[in-house]
Amino acid sequence: MNLLNSLIEPALKPVMDKAAAVIPVHWQVRGAHAIQSIKQRTGRSREVPVFNEVPLPDVSTLALQDIDLSNPFLYRQGLWVSYFKRLRDECPVHFQKQSPFGPFWSITRYEDIMFVDTRHDLFSAEPIISIGPQPEGLEIETFIAMDPPRHDAQRQAVQGVVAPKNLAQMEALIRSRTADVLDQLPVDEPFDWVQRVSVELTSRMLATLFDFPFELRHKLAYWSDVASGAPESTGGHANRDEFFRAAADMAQQMSLLWREKEARKAAGEETGFDLISLLLANEDTRDMINRPMEFMGNMVLLIIGGNDTTRNSMTGGVLALNQFPDEFTKLKQNPELIPNMVSEIIRWQTPLAYMRRVAKQDVTLNGQTIKQGDKVVMWYASGNRDERAFEQDPDQFIIDRKNVRKHLSFGFGVHRCMGNRLAELQLRILWEEILKRFDRIEVLAEPEYVQSNFVRGYSAMTVKLSAKP
Amino acid sequence: MGQITFIEHNGAAHVVEIAAGQTLMQTAVDNGIPGIDADCGGACACGTCHVIVDHDWIQATGNINADEQGMLGLTPEKADTSRLSCQITVSEALDGLIVRLPEFQM
Repeated sequence: MNLLNSLIEPALKPVMDKAAAVIPVHWQVRGAHAIQSIKQRTGRSREVPVFNEVPLPDVSTLALQDIDLSNPFLYRQGLWVSYFKRLRDECPVHFQKQSPFGPFWSITRYEDIMFVDTRHDLFSAEPIISIGPQPEGLEIETFIAMDPPRHDAQRQAVQGVVAPKNLAQMEALIRSRTADVLDQLPVDEPFDWVQRVSVELTSRMLATLFDFPFELRHKLAYWSDVASGAPESTGGHANRDEFFRAAADMAQQMSLLWREKEARKAAGEETGFDLISLLLANEDTRDMINRPMEFMGNMVLLIIGGNDTTRNSMTGGVLALNQFPDEFTKLKQNPELIPNMVSEIIRWQTPLAYMRRVAKQDVTLNGQTIKQGDKVVMWYASGNRDERAFEQDPDQFIIDRKNVRKHLSFGFGVHRCMGNRLAELQLRILWEEILKRFDRIEVLAEPEYVQSNFVRGYSAMTVKLSAKP
Repeated sequence: MGQITFIEHNGAAHVVEIAAGQTLMQTAVDNGIPGIDADCGGACACGTCHVIVDHDWIQATGNINADEQGMLGLTPEKADTSRLSCQITVSEALDGLIVRLPEFQM
């Protein structure tokens, strides 16, 4: 069986590449799904880890070498603060040699993270930025996981969509939608903030950026959740069939949108300023649809990038102000602090816990030698709580924190978040509109946390609003 | 003692004294020039201290290295004489330097 497969696969590769130009992307995804199902039945697929939640030990009871930050329940169980702190203090460049995702280094101090993030000559973002690999058979190519110069060309093709100049034009639209969503919320009765506000607002925004059918916008949020929830990549619980089905559906919808826009462009119609129109307008990317893994990669990247991050910061801000009620009072008295608070929310939440790199050569960092080829995980969530970098207690939520813009949540260097200004704009408007309407947002129960070592997110949070007197 | 002029996108000019040895970014921050965010604190890693150097002065501000070029490439508002002000060291030789600020930092 092994022999048969090893013969068939290389033989298929050129055929698949040629087919790429004529066979719709979603058929190819279904084809890959079928191949993976056969491989699994014949025992030839890579083993996918299974994660069952058990209460994790207090970090003080563990030997350093047994600390495993890749555990997808660390965030949910609230133990991440103490785990990160122990490594920052005792072993800031830490090697975990046998995690379910294989061996990896953890970088937990702010300055060391800054070093790794800015040295793309020493650390590669390829082939992917999650601790574990992508699901077999669907290894997408995306510029967040490409090194310069390939990265630069691809990013430059799309970054215009979130250029500050365009955002200034989008502000009124974002404000009217935010007002619309907030005006429909019930007052004095419990409801789920995640679904009603965070998911709703980010889905609407994404639909606009893609010029995606508005009535189907919840698909965008669903695809994003599934795409970032593969167990072998991030310790999530999306199963393989669900993953492939979502990928095929996304490929089909996005191809349809692409072809429509391509046809309109060919007919000489004016193209829009959405992401697909931008890709079609660029020399390097106009035929991207013929390179399915690159096409899928860009769609997934932009959907996840614009979704989980802002969504969980929208929820995280409400939670933070509940845990630090004096800050809410301060906010109501000083609404001009909103822009600074937005940065503080993004620091405090750190919606993506890390980015992963691979050492391109041996590198000595903080006394440890990282070998060429080793995986290196930059824990932004830890760097943002590093007492060495933030003067005021970093575990506190302080809306007028000094120098908060230095937080690591957007990354630094060539992979710095492309949508940072859009994220800040969405959050600023949300809080401006909240303060106009509500006196209080009470979190009624502990939120439900996402299972992941990558996304620091909430799947539900019940709140109750009080109207302004 | 020499002087440097920062011109905001709206045309407002700010003339500041040269503090030799400092970066241009630090000079702007110390003098409270609006529109320089400098999120990364001068590590050539965020692109938010972007300035557009007056054509007559671009030679005098020195060479752009690959890292700075890479970061500037991410700025949608990059112009021919764009620089990151954290990568320019101020000296008396820059007496009279004029730089303009972009409408937005990325």
